[in-house]
Amino acid sequence: MFASCADPETLTGLNWLACYLTNGKHLLFYQSFGTVMLLLVITAPVALAFGFLGASAARSHVAPFRWLGKSYTSIVRGVPDIAFFLFFVIALDQAFEWLRHQVKCPDWGQPIRQGSDFVVCDAAKLPLSSSPQWVHETYGFALAVLTFAIVFGAFAANVLFGAMRSVPHAQMETAEAYGFSSRQAFWRILVPQMWLYALPGLSNLWMILIKATPLLFLLGVEDIVYWARELGGSKTARFSDYPHGDWRMWYFGALLVFYLLLTKVSEVALDRLMTRLSHGQATSGGEAQRKAAA
Amino acid sequence: MSCWETIADYGLRSLGIGERLLPRSDFTLCQQFTLIGSGMLWNIYFGVLALAFGFFLSIAVALGKAAHNPLLRKAAEWFIFLFRGSPLFIQFFFAYFAFLSLKSVHPVFDPFTSAWLGALIVLFLNTSAYAGEIFFGALKAIPKGDLEAADAYGLMGWKRFRRITFPTMLRLAWPAYTNEAIFLFHATALVFFSGFPAWQQRGDALYYASYFADKTFNPFVPYPILAFYFILLTLCVIGVFGAINRRLTRHLPQDRRPKMRLRPMLVR
Repeated sequence: MFASCADPETLTGLNWLACYLTNGKHLLFYQSFGTVMLLLVITAPVALAFGFLGASAARSHVAPFRWLGKSYTSIVRGVPDIAFFLFFVIALDQAFEWLRHQVKCPDWGQPIRQGSDFVVCDAAKLPLSSSPQWVHETYGFALAVLTFAIVFGAFAANVLFGAMRSVPHAQMETAEAYGFSSRQAFWRILVPQMWLYALPGLSNLWMILIKATPLLFLLGVEDIVYWARELGGSKTARFSDYPHGDWRMWYFGALLVFYLLLTKVSEVALDRLMTRLSHGQATSGGEAQRKAAA
Repeated sequence: MSCWETIADYGLRSLGIGERLLPRSDFTLCQQFTLIGSGMLWNIYFGVLALAFGFFLSIAVALGKAAHNPLLRKAAEWFIFLFRGSPLFIQFFFAYFAFLSLKSVHPVFDPFTSAWLGALIVLFLNTSAYAGEIFFGALKAIPKGDLEAADAYGLMGWKRFRRITFPTMLRLAWPAYTNEAIFLFHATALVFFSGFPAWQQRGDALYYASYFADKTFNPFVPYPILAFYFILLTLCVIGVFGAINRRLTRHLPQDRRPKMRLRPMLVR
């Protein structure tokens, strides 16, 4: 990075540290923070969409939809989330390959499960064995996002289902009295009003999502945990220009601080959003605002 | 090999008793059930001990957060923020590597680097922070009238805490505390994926489940078995905590007893 870093052996003290913290591997480490933020930014809306679908299905009048929605919202209770993460990553991968296999190689003679192996034809492999490295990485990341979205979607569905039921019933009755069809009432009355009731649960979920991001490591993505282990491990002068002892404790300390900061910032931001949404609402929060202003 | 023999061989494998080698090929359903069940012993060990010790620390933390002394209050608030604001996964890693560094300073810290003690300490502190927040909330929710009545009867200090504050707090916090207990048990599944090594392949239920999933490349058998065990464990926790809840609220009329409701709180 800096010109003075050309010969690390001559460096001492702060100069050494500055060069050490800006070497190529560390730049990759900093990029992986971007990966985490990217995961958060993509997963949150996708999970919310899954949750919305799940909640709408759970209150559907058609019984099979209702069962589907209800069972989706209840699967994640009772079983550790991490088991779902480990399960879905393999299961989704195999499901995609199996589907492609059915489409692309209809006249494949052998069974797909051969003992302990899962064999599909070459054309159905995901990603193709000939594709470049970045496709493999992107595919892995996309699988991770989908896994997160499925698991968190179930939680969001639970929250939104509760929020939809919290909207005062009189609102829906009024809509009916004005001749709204049930679809119109859903989109124009229920959906705009449910967010206020959903926000406490959703902000809780956001905090939980932040705290779930290190599990990316278990899904095989090169995230901050991966790099912290990699960079922190002791390095000898033979393999590295910057030899040092076992610093993993400090690296994970830094990650701890990073997550604490992220939590704090989110807390402040969500508090502001809550104040904004409560404005003019017939809830205790809205009432408190009205009294403070008067 | 019959299923009974498998159970005899692998039933206590997670504790190091029985057959040394894990099955390597031709996995039977019985082997998967037995080994994953054997791993559950670790989940139960971590969960029960962390809860038992954590109960006392969490009450201390809650009282600290409610204290007038700003020093105590700040300390409790920071403790809660530190453990609730960061992922348990990172806490495990940090603690493990911190213990590793300490180990090179003095051999006293040797046992801390193995899961049975090191991970237990992290789980203990973590659940204390979460439960501390729950108990603090309950402490703030004690009806004013109860405390005024205590004052009127001349109950002061320790006696007032033991007779009035503590039982009411416990009663108010119990449904939320039940949730915390359930999710603590779920959190124990993280231990062997976060630095702490599974010595001689003595791991918990998820460790064995992922072992089978890796070997057979078929996640559809071991993970549902794991789910089955965890749902069973969750039901047991609900049963035990429900019984305690009934005892705590036995003097209340039926309709004023707080309902036990399971609320999800996935990752910590």
